[in-house]
Amino acid sequence: MTTQPVVELTGITVEFPPVTALAGVDFRLFPGEIHALMGENGAGKSTLIKALTGVYQTAAGTITVDGAEQSFTGPGDARAHGISTVFQEVNLCGNLTVAENIMLGAAEPRFLGALHWRRMRKLAAAHLERMGLDIDPGSSLDSHSLAVQQLVAICRATVGDCKVLILDEPTSSLDADEVASLFAVMRKLRDDGVAILFVSHFLDQVYEVSDRMTVLRNGGLVGEWFTRDLPAGELVPHMIGRSAELLETVERVHDAAAPSASGTPRLQALGLGRKGSIQPYDLDVYPGEVVGLAGLLGSGRSELARLLTGADRADSGTTSVEGKQVRLTTPRAGLANGIAFTSEDRKGEGVVGGLTVRENIVLALQAERGWVRPLPRKQVDEIVDKYIEQLGIRPANPDALMRNLSGGNQQKVLLARWLATAPRLLVLDEPTRGIDVGAKAEIQKVVADLGRDGMSVVFISSELEEVLRLSHRIAVLRDRKVVATLDAEGTTSDQVVALIAGGEPS
Amino acid sequence: MTATTAGTVARRAPSFRLDRRYLPVAGTFVVLALMLVIGGTRHENFLTPTVFSNLFINNAHLIALAVGMTFVILTGGIDLSVGSVLALSTVIIASLLQAGLPTGVVLVVAVLAGALIGLAHGVMIQGFGVQPFVATLAGMFFARGLCFVIAPESISIGDASFKAIAGWDSWIGYFRVTMAVVIALVVAGIAFVVLHYTRFGRTVYAVGGGEQSALLMGLPVARTKVLVYVVSGTCAALGGVLFAMFSSSGYALSGVAMELDAIAAVVIGGTLLTGGTGFVLGSVLGVLTLGAIQTIIQFEGNLSSWWTKIVIGVLLLVFVVLQRVLTLRKT
Amino acid sequence: MRQAVRHHLFWPVVALVALVVANTVARPSFLAVSFADGHLFGAPVDILRAAAPLLLIALGMTLVIATRGIDLSVGAVVAVSGAVALEYISTSANPESPGTVFAAVAIALVLSLVLGLWNGFLVTVLGIQPIIATLILMTAGRGVAMLITGGFITTVNSAPYKGLNSGYLLGLPAAVWISVAIFALVAVAVRRTALGMLLEATGINPAASRLAGVRSRTITWTVYTACGLLAGLAGILVSADTMAADANNAGIFVELDAILAVVIGGTALSGGKFNLSGTFVGVLVIATLDRTVTVLGISPHVTPLFMALVVVVVTLLQSPRVRERFAVAALRRRTGTATPVVVPDDGAAAPVPVPADAAPSSSDENLPDEKEVVR
Repeated sequence: MTTQPVVELTGITVEFPPVTALAGVDFRLFPGEIHALMGENGAGKSTLIKALTGVYQTAAGTITVDGAEQSFTGPGDARAHGISTVFQEVNLCGNLTVAENIMLGAAEPRFLGALHWRRMRKLAAAHLERMGLDIDPGSSLDSHSLAVQQLVAICRATVGDCKVLILDEPTSSLDADEVASLFAVMRKLRDDGVAILFVSHFLDQVYEVSDRMTVLRNGGLVGEWFTRDLPAGELVPHMIGRSAELLETVERVHDAAAPSASGTPRLQALGLGRKGSIQPYDLDVYPGEVVGLAGLLGSGRSELARLLTGADRADSGTTSVEGKQVRLTTPRAGLANGIAFTSEDRKGEGVVGGLTVRENIVLALQAERGWVRPLPRKQVDEIVDKYIEQLGIRPANPDALMRNLSGGNQQKVLLARWLATAPRLLVLDEPTRGIDVGAKAEIQKVVADLGRDGMSVVFISSELEEVLRLSHRIAVLRDRKVVATLDAEGTTSDQVVALIAGGEPS
Repeated sequence: MTATTAGTVARRAPSFRLDRRYLPVAGTFVVLALMLVIGGTRHENFLTPTVFSNLFINNAHLIALAVGMTFVILTGGIDLSVGSVLALSTVIIASLLQAGLPTGVVLVVAVLAGALIGLAHGVMIQGFGVQPFVATLAGMFFARGLCFVIAPESISIGDASFKAIAGWDSWIGYFRVTMAVVIALVVAGIAFVVLHYTRFGRTVYAVGGGEQSALLMGLPVARTKVLVYVVSGTCAALGGVLFAMFSSSGYALSGVAMELDAIAAVVIGGTLLTGGTGFVLGSVLGVLTLGAIQTIIQFEGNLSSWWTKIVIGVLLLVFVVLQRVLTLRKT
Repeated sequence: MRQAVRHHLFWPVVALVALVVANTVARPSFLAVSFADGHLFGAPVDILRAAAPLLLIALGMTLVIATRGIDLSVGAVVAVSGAVALEYISTSANPESPGTVFAAVAIALVLSLVLGLWNGFLVTVLGIQPIIATLILMTAGRGVAMLITGGFITTVNSAPYKGLNSGYLLGLPAAVWISVAIFALVAVAVRRTALGMLLEATGINPAASRLAGVRSRTITWTVYTACGLLAGLAGILVSADTMAADANNAGIFVELDAILAVVIGGTALSGGKFNLSGTFVGVLVIATLDRTVTVLGISPHVTPLFMALVVVVVTLLQSPRVRERFAVAALRRRTGTATPVVVPDDGAAAPVPVPADAAPSSSDENLPDEKEVVR
């Protein structure tokens, strides 16, 4: 390995006032290495990549490429300096041919001003061969699997001068064989001297392919290690953050006496699963119980929640509510059975930005009643005032447009939306993500109170302490599988971390 | 499967099946052939060179319109103004010729007017974020109104040189070809080359396939989105030239609702209204299919003309549902 | 003043007032309404009567557009509905009997309802794009109407049927009463039931609405059906006016007028928030414009030119980009400085400036989501 890094970031700070998304992060990338950038949601991985490629302006710090200080104006500029990015979603045009997707833009060959298709195909074929891809360059891109499309995107990124290749979660929609071929290509490029920055939330993949890793947490740098020097059991605590003194002060918010896990479960899932999404699992939730789902992003925790609530349709297994078997094929069916679900995608699947806070709060309740029977105005006001007060929604103005609220307050409004339907089971997928500490604590308190009042809650969070603190029982997921279900009482975070990282519980 | 290299996973056996991209066009071709066969079995003098030639001669202007519309629809937009622009073009030609201007100048002015209206659409849509539907609707009203300002009554064209051009025809074997047909086919040919052999053309497809992706690929998205409306306006004005040749007159009420025929031809020709997939050849076949329906109904004699509309509607339905099934199976 | 300019009705009302002023200048008696034989006469009454069918259609169109849809077939439905009603009356034994007229109206409305159901079926069940789904009926519908009339313009004499449009009640034509009453009825129904809110939720964020248990499909289907029904009623008013079933020309381009009225009224074609009062004003603008052209002594054929002008001006004024530019200009005038607004390329993840009344309660709210991909 050469001693001179191809990319060096020093003291990078990115601010979205009043928020600091990245605080003084150092990062270096050497030619001929695969460098994994690790961290949970909100750690600042994407922000770092966007700062490097000029999408975001940096508030402080320097970016050095090949020894010269640079400040890119955008991905195109970065590309011109040999830094290409391939994103999780394939940003190519599926209706064009493979050859066009590789060559179109700058490098397409012409003859008398017209595209020279034969040469374009030949050049594309040469690039594809370099990647070990044997596909017809004249075929249309979307006739190929997602994996091949991903490889074509990488192929495009490496046409011309490519010193640095950034792969942002390229494997999230690939199966094992496809991942293997992607890795083969990555190793080949590395051996050709390309520096690869690799972001993935699959630990086993990171360990399989990376040489070195940098860990971020909450916008700050945790450290840089050689992959072989940092076993998964040590990496995970770095990622999810678990300082000793914090653990000591953490008290379980709920009463010591866990609700009895006997009698009829409020909800029972048997062999519930969906191909390519999550393997069949069993899960019981009892009245008054808070069940936490622990696992890294992509472990199947959200998918589990979606099947549980009818947001996605299961293709195997059964669900019973209060001992009676039910078919939850739509969210509406879930709601009819007293199961409410907040998606982790707050903007896409939660907030109705153009409507007011009032309308957002009563939406689910009103939908349940049907449009013919509007809620009486007085009742609406009572509900809305109650939750604005109880959850501390700011501004405390029911007529404020939802899209003008901050993330934390939007989340509270969504919580109010579900609470207003008086559910028996509330499934919360990352309700505390991307919101400030104060709102986070308030939401945690609400969850604990709900459990005490007899509501069942399934709680998902990237933060392990949060899960441990709030839950009575914890289901641990890894690789789209439930690997263990533990009583929170007496379970240490070390045990859970070990399970998440793939070891046996110690 | 022992996949150790990328190649083994990705390798595909070469297939000799019809590429699915051409499936909709092939479908249109089959429907057109079917129409002709149906006509042929019911009427002895149907499958004749004359009928076939007339299919082109009577629909040359619609071919030009559909070709321009194809560009717009490929980017995922729509142009409602083409019928009115066609009328405007005929009116400009007739009134300027009447005023004694030379034919060459008149034709250039007419086509430029169409291009200008197209440019205005493009600027409204790309520059001001007005929806294509609304922007071109405004253009449709504008062009139609302008027609009446220029000439409220029909003007017949008496100019000798124009009539000479319009009247030129030639026989290719048993098939008669008029100047209008030649122009329409040349326009379609140019469109084909532009769409498939220029960066602009490929960007048109790329924008329809995914505007964000096209942007990230560094393609000139904004310019392309403006240009397709210019192309459509120009083609519509050219359609007006052809229509003036066909009817030897300029009339403000010509081409009413012709935009619907153009859209229908493009859709029947296999171009998806969501953009990204389709071929100019398909649109030409679509126009011929519409023409064939009309011809059959004329031949039937006892069938009234309104059946044309019903058959076109049913055909649209069949094609749209088929396309829907095809796209559903893909995902 | 700023408040007023921002109001969604401001520009449509300005357009309407400008038209009225132009008319009054050209003909000072424009606004005069006289009272004779228990009837009101005058240009405003004529405008309201002429606007009646458009009002009904634009009402349905607004609701359809709120769901991110569009209905191009309303003109064809107008033709079909009028044709059916008049054909029924002309072939009946007693065209003058109210029973006949009642039956004719009922048949026409049921048929329109079926046509609306058909559109809704294509859009919600088959998932076909609204514009193309309704294009099918737009094309075929007129053919069907001609099939009904046999291609002739059927002229009918039936006093009770004619009365549906031009009969007078309390001084105003029946068409005005019918259209305004139904408009008010639907407007109240939409806003007094939860339909309006659920419609908007569906139009703004379909995914979130689904998770909230909103029956989006049923609602969308209902709205297309209602749109068909309203167009059918408009068809009855149109045919009762002309008393001739003209399959070719009845309701021609009315879909475009209706869409324009909706757009002028400030409802975006992209769906979501809709406002019926805006649509009402939009309809009046279009009807007044029609009238203006006659008052000014211009050939009615030139009306489209003015229509184009109004559409361009109003849509440009409502275009977010123009408004943004206005806002920046206003800001500069106020502060006297050019304020560069730095916005990251990534529109989705860009920190949105939070209005003062909604200041975030604290720190790291605006963190861009990790899952966001650079666009």
